Amino acid sequence: MRTLTKSWDDIFFQFLINSFLIILLIAVLIPLWRVFVMSVTPLHYIDTKTLGLWLDPRMWSFEAYKQLLSHPSFIRATTNSLIITLGGTTVNMLLTVPFAYALSNPDLPGRKIFITMALIPFLFNAGLIPTYLVVQKLGLVDTYWAVIMPGAIGIYNMLVMKSFFEGLPEELKEAARLDGANELQVLWHVVLPLSKPILLTVGLWYAVGHWNEFFNAILYLNDAKLQPLTILLRNILLAANINEYVEYDAFSSAPVSAFRAASVFLTMLPIILIYPRVQRYFTKGTMLGGVKQ
Amino acid sequence: MRRIFSGGGAMIGISKLKNLIGVQVSKNQRLGYLGRMLYKYRWLYFMMLPGIAYFILFRYLPLWNAQIAFKDFKPLLGVWDSPFAGFKHFNTFFNSFYFTQLIGNTVIISLLKLVLGMPMAIILALCLYETVFKRLAGFVQTITYLPHFLSWVIMFGILLVMLSPSEGLVNEAIKASGGEPIAFLYSPQWFRAVVVGSDIWKDTGWGTILYLAALMAIDPTLFEAAAVDGASRMQRIWHISLPGILGTIVVVTLLRLGNILDAGFTQIFMLYSLPVYSVGDILDTWVYRQGILEFQFSLATAVGLFKGGIGLVLVLAANRLTKQFAGSGIYS
Repeated sequence: MRTLTKSWDDIFFQFLINSFLIILLIAVLIPLWRVFVMSVTPLHYIDTKTLGLWLDPRMWSFEAYKQLLSHPSFIRATTNSLIITLGGTTVNMLLTVPFAYALSNPDLPGRKIFITMALIPFLFNAGLIPTYLVVQKLGLVDTYWAVIMPGAIGIYNMLVMKSFFEGLPEELKEAARLDGANELQVLWHVVLPLSKPILLTVGLWYAVGHWNEFFNAILYLNDAKLQPLTILLRNILLAANINEYVEYDAFSSAPVSAFRAASVFLTMLPIILIYPRVQRYFTKGTMLGGVKQ
Repeated sequence: MRRIFSGGGAMIGISKLKNLIGVQVSKNQRLGYLGRMLYKYRWLYFMMLPGIAYFILFRYLPLWNAQIAFKDFKPLLGVWDSPFAGFKHFNTFFNSFYFTQLIGNTVIISLLKLVLGMPMAIILALCLYETVFKRLAGFVQTITYLPHFLSWVIMFGILLVMLSPSEGLVNEAIKASGGEPIAFLYSPQWFRAVVVGSDIWKDTGWGTILYLAALMAIDPTLFEAAAVDGASRMQRIWHISLPGILGTIVVVTLLRLGNILDAGFTQIFMLYSLPVYSVGDILDTWVYRQGILEFQFSLATAVGLFKGGIGLVLVLAANRLTKQFAGSGIYS
């Protein structure tokens, strides 16, 4: 009798929590699905009825995607995003890795001073304008450097990487040193091959940050030729008249709403495609950071 | 931890040994202690040079520039030569009508996000942990983590698709049931709900990670023992799971409170507009408008500095409390 009531209790409990999980799942998926449905809605349909969440796949029209993908502004913005993401992440890693490695050496004279040097701006942010003045003074406005350099070392990322390096067995590094390797060689031949997980985690964080970047681009990139996809998307979404940013063919079969939705979908597509494959690196990195707080 | 320590000790031992043997001693003695150290670690210092240059240029030069908060900054005169103004800009801000509104909006939006968002993340984490359908749990995790990686520009697009009066899904439903469409993003009554709601939609999944890690760390024999004693599911959650993640909850709360003046700049910047300034304008957006759009560099810097100062105090206090808390053994 007792086991019976208990199992009913369990079944009810499982029913409850799994319903909750499924409701949340649907709550996250509906907006994403709606973006997609809207992006493939043909003009003649939207004039006649409301869209809802379902559109017969036979009616899907990829006209908006066709127009966007062949549009020079869109291609240029995508290229800019790629340049900023790849170039920016390269700069991030080139600056962060050696710095974190040097700080991970417990015998480095002045180590405490350098760590403090890194912590002060982490704790106290001078704010928007003082940084803006620096970027302006250095003549970086309207260059890719303006969006890449201000965050070239993410202090938190650097500290997470440092503590990873500190956890590597000292014996391996010391053996290489005794063989006459200098520190650059130790880093390259001993430490980095052992650090792939943290390199991927931190690298991916930087890359996502660059792909999503829009505020620094608004601040520093006035030249439309340099603006990334996020800025083009923002312009498309905010514009009363889309033609200011991408000439939209009014005679096409895609409505403006499909055009907007398609640009949203295309901008998030790289993340949707890449993220599930690298999810574990993101979560690992977060746990590492969380535990080290 | 101990292993690393002994490794470090061994290393010191070896370098001392080298000195004893006399490797390079004659050459290095002439340089003095400092020179010897600089020489010995020259590669590490060399590797740090780009980073040091970065810190000076992009992290410390801004701190230097922050002095314009106490000056009447004239771009032509430069930071140093601009005339001194004392606390004029701070007073302007403190006495302005904006002061209470900005602080109020910032704190209210931050707190709403914390108070409403956190229980969602905790409940989701508990559900993910308790469900017997582990593949479903994995799928839910992947899908609910995803929005965390979307830029607020994309989020704005998604919100338009859902909430726009003309083509948003929610308004389609309202119209279908005979109501009047609502301009959620432009309505002072709705704006905060949109801000908090979209933040919860975006980050609830991601917020579960730390709680899940804490749940995984609970000794499973505790649950078994409780089951043997006849504890119900709810009792087990209440008496074992929740106490098990209490440490994490406290730490996350403290850290979030430490950053209470960061109400989500890029989000608000992307979502707000003139009609909702009264409920949505926060310190950061105001600083942006005053500084970048109105060229009030000194005033904007003063407000930024004020925010940075309060933020520093709060973060340090939160850190201290966290350490005390962790010291009691819950966070180990």
